[in-house]
Amino acid sequence: MKEKALQIDVSALVNFNRQAIALALNLLEDRRPRLQAQALTLLDELSTLPAPAHVVGITGPPGVGKSSLIARLIARQAQISRRVAVVAVDPSSKVSGGALLGDRGRMQISLQAEVYARSFAARDRLGGLSREAFSAVFLLRHCCDVVLVETVGVGQSETDIASLADTTVLVVQPFSGDVLQFLKAGVMEIPDILAVNKADDQALAQQAVSDVQTALALERGSFDQGSLEGSWQNPVLAVSAATNLNIDTLDDAMTAHYQHLQSTHKLENKRADQAMAWAVGEILHEVGQRGLAILGGVEGVRSLWGEQTQQWSAIRKLATLLDRVRYRA
Amino acid sequence: MTKDRPWVMRTYSGHSTAQASNELYRLNLSKGQTGLSVAFDLPTQTGYDSDHALARGEVGKVGVPICHVADMDTLFADIPLDQMNTSMTINGPAAWLLALYIAAAERQGVGPEALQGTTQNDIVKEYLSRGTYIFPPEPSLRLISDVITYTVKNVPKWNPVNVCSYHLQEAGATPVQEVAYALCTAIAILDTVRDSGRLEAAEFTAAVGRMSFFVNSGVRFIEEICKLRAFGQLWDNVTRERYGVENPKFRRFRYGVQVNSLGLTEAQPENNIPRIVLEALGVTLSKDARCRAMQLPAWNEALGLPRPWDQQWSLRIQQILAFETDVLEYGDIFEGSKVVEGKTNDIRQAGWAEVERVTEMGGVISALGYVKEQLVASHTARVRNINAGDHVVVGVNKFTETAESPLYTGNSSAILKVDEEAERDQVARLEAFRTERTQADVEAALLSLRDAVKNAENIMPASIQCAHAGVTTGEWTQTLRDIFGEFRAPTGIAGAAAVPNVSGKVGDELEALRMRVRKTADILGRPLKVLIGKPGLDGHSNGAEQIAVWCRDAGMEVVYEGIRLSPEQIVTSARDEGVHLVGLSILSGSHLRLVPEILTGLRQEGLDNVPVVVGGIIPEDDAENLRQAGVARVYTPKDFKMLRILSDMVDIAEEAA
Repeated sequence: MKEKALQIDVSALVNFNRQAIALALNLLEDRRPRLQAQALTLLDELSTLPAPAHVVGITGPPGVGKSSLIARLIARQAQISRRVAVVAVDPSSKVSGGALLGDRGRMQISLQAEVYARSFAARDRLGGLSREAFSAVFLLRHCCDVVLVETVGVGQSETDIASLADTTVLVVQPFSGDVLQFLKAGVMEIPDILAVNKADDQALAQQAVSDVQTALALERGSFDQGSLEGSWQNPVLAVSAATNLNIDTLDDAMTAHYQHLQSTHKLENKRADQAMAWAVGEILHEVGQRGLAILGGVEGVRSLWGEQTQQWSAIRKLATLLDRVRYRA
Repeated sequence: MTKDRPWVMRTYSGHSTAQASNELYRLNLSKGQTGLSVAFDLPTQTGYDSDHALARGEVGKVGVPICHVADMDTLFADIPLDQMNTSMTINGPAAWLLALYIAAAERQGVGPEALQGTTQNDIVKEYLSRGTYIFPPEPSLRLISDVITYTVKNVPKWNPVNVCSYHLQEAGATPVQEVAYALCTAIAILDTVRDSGRLEAAEFTAAVGRMSFFVNSGVRFIEEICKLRAFGQLWDNVTRERYGVENPKFRRFRYGVQVNSLGLTEAQPENNIPRIVLEALGVTLSKDARCRAMQLPAWNEALGLPRPWDQQWSLRIQQILAFETDVLEYGDIFEGSKVVEGKTNDIRQAGWAEVERVTEMGGVISALGYVKEQLVASHTARVRNINAGDHVVVGVNKFTETAESPLYTGNSSAILKVDEEAERDQVARLEAFRTERTQADVEAALLSLRDAVKNAENIMPASIQCAHAGVTTGEWTQTLRDIFGEFRAPTGIAGAAAVPNVSGKVGDELEALRMRVRKTADILGRPLKVLIGKPGLDGHSNGAEQIAVWCRDAGMEVVYEGIRLSPEQIVTSARDEGVHLVGLSILSGSHLRLVPEILTGLRQEGLDNVPVVVGGIIPEDDAENLRQAGVARVYTPKDFKMLRILSDMVDIAEEAA
């Protein structure tokens, strides 16, 4: 990258200047030490500014129509004059390290709409979120009204997305027994919103929705989700990306969840907890259990985290902890 | 033994304007051609008028623009339609072009019952290979079904559908896949017609009898003979077992053919003549599996648009085969051949197994993603084998030494240049036509079209009314777009498995390239990320898909969004995605218009440092033009070595960093 790419104008960034956003995201991905230092400075600067965007994670097994659903959600945001950023994550090939990033085409992004979309390869995270994707979302929270994050698969990616999104939407197809099994068995966290896509047939959709509700009720019976999440009742919605059915209902539910987090003053704590949880995951990924032990385990990380400078971004805090392990400081 | 009747001889043609194409048709007919095969330009094929923003640079390029009934009148001026056999390569808006043809005939005083010909009207292969689809699968099948039910009752000598295995082979299909997926398409169509309940039993049987196929024939002509015999046997089975057709006449496997273009080479293009001759043998030698109609490509197709003389040479091949040789004088010369029978059985059994697999997935529409992935995988294997030298292509990867050719010296003199004025002419005529028509008639006709669509009536009568009233191609299609919506077909590349065990030299080279790509990440600061874009209306995505898959296999991160992107969309993606390089693929001849627009757009976004490479059918002086404008490299079909292209891309990205 030439020097020109390094001039990042923060006011342009937070005003959704897409050229500036693209350059900033290029910088966040850059591994060259000098540029990494610059990226950390940028993130620190941003972390002193408001982060108004609602981060919505959209996840679910392959083929349930997440991209088409996002296409509809983007159109809906454009309608109500919201600025949207989309982060899409695709798996990387284990053989070559390369990746095909094809979600953008399925999202049919209109040139008129205020949308910024970026694809990320999962790289060594097997369908989960790479560090780059996490930093990107951290940055985008400051630049727009809504950040939609799409990940593929059931398993690792939910855990990742839960450590990142204010609101998690799980997309399933009617009668997707395997996903329901995961929910019932508690393998998967209960999403904030569950969308049953491809609900083109009314009767079938109703049946599918009650199917999911039953599964959720079973899970709640064994584990009182209600008391943990306050008054939030995880809604189950029948939607159809193909026919644009209930997309506004889904969008309203997303907004309602965000307002719920804000009105119950949970948002800030949730984001802080997420940043910590994410840091622990990254530490495990980078330096393993032994590295984590050097930092005094999860509890140690928690107290070290709190001792760090308030103006630092989560990304710098993590970088500092990792340095401590590497250099045994 | 009486001599067999010769097949209908055609040449796929049309360019510039209706008038220029009409002159070409009459010239071709005077040389002994016995039918017409109309090539429409891409705006017409995708339902846009010549003055639509997306039509810019594409008008008259790969075929003739037809915007309204007056264009159709001009196209067939002095060609009596009651005596002509016309094949129209039209799919998304097939119902509309047939309506215009019927209206033009009526204006000549010819009733629909006298018309003979074919509308291609196969949407599935558009999703899978050719790319000029418009609407989603369900309404598309309904339109096909409408054309069938209408023609069976009103245009009885018309072939309403030409189910195409042709484009599947062009997309890389093996003979087994070609047979299987075409049969799946025919089944999807006939099931729709049957379930529409519009036809009496006898009419439905007639509709089965009117189904025809459009096949491909490659240079492995013995296998092709067996493929066509297997195809015929399977069709006989399907029509009898699935549709209960008793009369063998209505179970006959009727097909037309265009021989293989995929295998025609840019290097030593004169070698394409023997290839074309051998491919023609594959569809004529066996009487039981002989084609009904044939069109042959021109020897210089990989260089650019053929000239009238090039097309004449291809017609002469057909005439020599039919009238000089004794091919039409015998019964089936393969009868009793154990070798041919054995191979035929193999293809039939494997083909049927694949039909059953797709049927289990709910039919070809539900299995679209699966089928596309199979085709991309086959094509990837083919390209890999050519690269490894296991698949010999004379003059390309073997016997490449050559004396200078007197036919072609490497400049673009051996091709036809479309007059750039043609687009302006066409648009002026369209504007004049719009002012001259009676607006009230147009509105009334569009209203009845809308009603017919919404009330699930047959679309043909209202479309013919529209044609007579002066409705344009863009207006007809937009009316349907508003109701049906549009569609994006699967790209099939995500499912194309990585090359796990590439052996030999190519494998070593690929491994070396992967190492290089990893090292490049250190120079660039992050993994090499490229955008592969297909601008314009051209839907031939094989090249772009192959490049995308190979880039992934070399370790790059590849953004690929599919076909039909505007220059603005490509620039936006390049900016948002932060790519290091943009690769463009264009085969429609509109590169001189589209590429500079993208270069300008990139500059406006401050992306001057993002290099652009272009691949396509690009004559050398155009290539020079593009390089002058700032394109880093131009690749044409002779650049078949994927790893060379990929390693260039790495060099170029590093230089720009």
